Amino acid sequence: MTAATAPQTIEDLMGQALQMEREAVARYTELAEMMEAHNNLEVAALFRQMAEYEGHHVAQILADMGWAEDTVTLREPGAWASPEAPESVPIDEMHYLMHPWHALQLALAAEQRAANFFDALARTGTSDGIRRAAEEMRAEELEHVALVQAWLAKVPKPAADWALDPDPPRYVD
Amino acid sequence: MNDMVQPAAFAAADYKSDTKPIWCPGCGDYTVLGSLTKALARLQLAPHEVAVVSGIGCSSRIPAYTTCYGFHGVHGRALAAGTGLKVARPELTVIVAGGDGDGYSIGGNHFLHACRRNVDLTYLVMDNHVYGMTKGQASPTTEPDWDNKLAPGGTGIRSFHPLVIALASGANFVARAFSGDPNGSAEIIAQAIRHPGFSFVEILSPCVTFRPEQRQWKERVHPAAVAETDDAARAARRIMTDDGFNIGVLYAGSRPVYARRSETSATTADLEQEFAL
Repeated sequence: MTAATAPQTIEDLMGQALQMEREAVARYTELAEMMEAHNNLEVAALFRQMAEYEGHHVAQILADMGWAEDTVTLREPGAWASPEAPESVPIDEMHYLMHPWHALQLALAAEQRAANFFDALARTGTSDGIRRAAEEMRAEELEHVALVQAWLAKVPKPAADWALDPDPPRYVD
Repeated sequence: MNDMVQPAAFAAADYKSDTKPIWCPGCGDYTVLGSLTKALARLQLAPHEVAVVSGIGCSSRIPAYTTCYGFHGVHGRALAAGTGLKVARPELTVIVAGGDGDGYSIGGNHFLHACRRNVDLTYLVMDNHVYGMTKGQASPTTEPDWDNKLAPGGTGIRSFHPLVIALASGANFVARAFSGDPNGSAEIIAQAIRHPGFSFVEILSPCVTFRPEQRQWKERVHPAAVAETDDAARAARRIMTDDGFNIGVLYAGSRPVYARRSETSATTADLEQEFAL
């Protein structure tokens, strides 16, 4: 984030947070649909659940700010250091044979990135109000981190040959 | 409410249809679809005011995944169909989309002349340097030394350079985007749609199935260091000498845009008379 794109008001900050959460919902939904199309239903269900969690964040931000559901944010380019919002799982990490363990690792990294984003704002925000609000958002993201970590502890790590498909859907003749 | 947040009639999700993509998990085309819908939302164009036209290939499935009007045409002919549509229905925003095989090989001649005609439409090419749908053959933009089972040691054939060809042929807007930067790509697509004339956006979109090494593109792409220019010669020099991973608007010109003559040369009755037996 540059000085030009750092939030100057609570509305700016919550607008960015809203966009980040919405993009996370959209991405998890997209990933779930991707996995359903390839019959990996276990991972699809996991991504659906993550989308639901992020959806709660969206609803909470809208309620806290008194914004209507059709509110859109006009993000300045460069608001995040990465090309995508910090909480979005990169598309190119997907594999049709991935296991819940892989999906949770990606979700954990995304939640951690979101927590780091708010952590930076909590330390460098331009006003006390912004720093306090960012600290609250950081705490919520850390709750998600803990949730995903607890989930991950219950999921077995796949064998090294998890991507091996003796009958691949696509191969070069 | 400040200028950061506003109510809007259309959100990006409003442009996505109930038909779900069947691209390979990890394919860059997913985020191109997302960028297109975000661009349309930024422009607040009603879905019925937009037509998405394509040819054949993985990326050419894109019209079905939008709520806009769509035309999934024949291989390489997307620009011909899109041009006809725009000339017949100039009030529509016409987006033509496809891949490097469809657009630069069988559709290569249409590409040249669509640039030359400079009809007001936007052409998005999801370039992954391979024919994915037909299992990984070399395409016009494949590197000459790409070693694979179908072309051991590589084809040895020089890669097609679409951006230079577009510029030389008369395109009025030339840009390069990257699927791994969906918000940046959305902004470039929105600019392309807004710019009059033929706007060409080359979108680097990795094929994780047949070119898994393209996952590394995200480490190679970088924003264009210099702002866009309206000087075609300058743009040509920049495009010819860049590393192929320079992202941004590279040329935004003011070349004359094709305009349909307003006068009607014949009525339907006149035409029927011509063909009467």
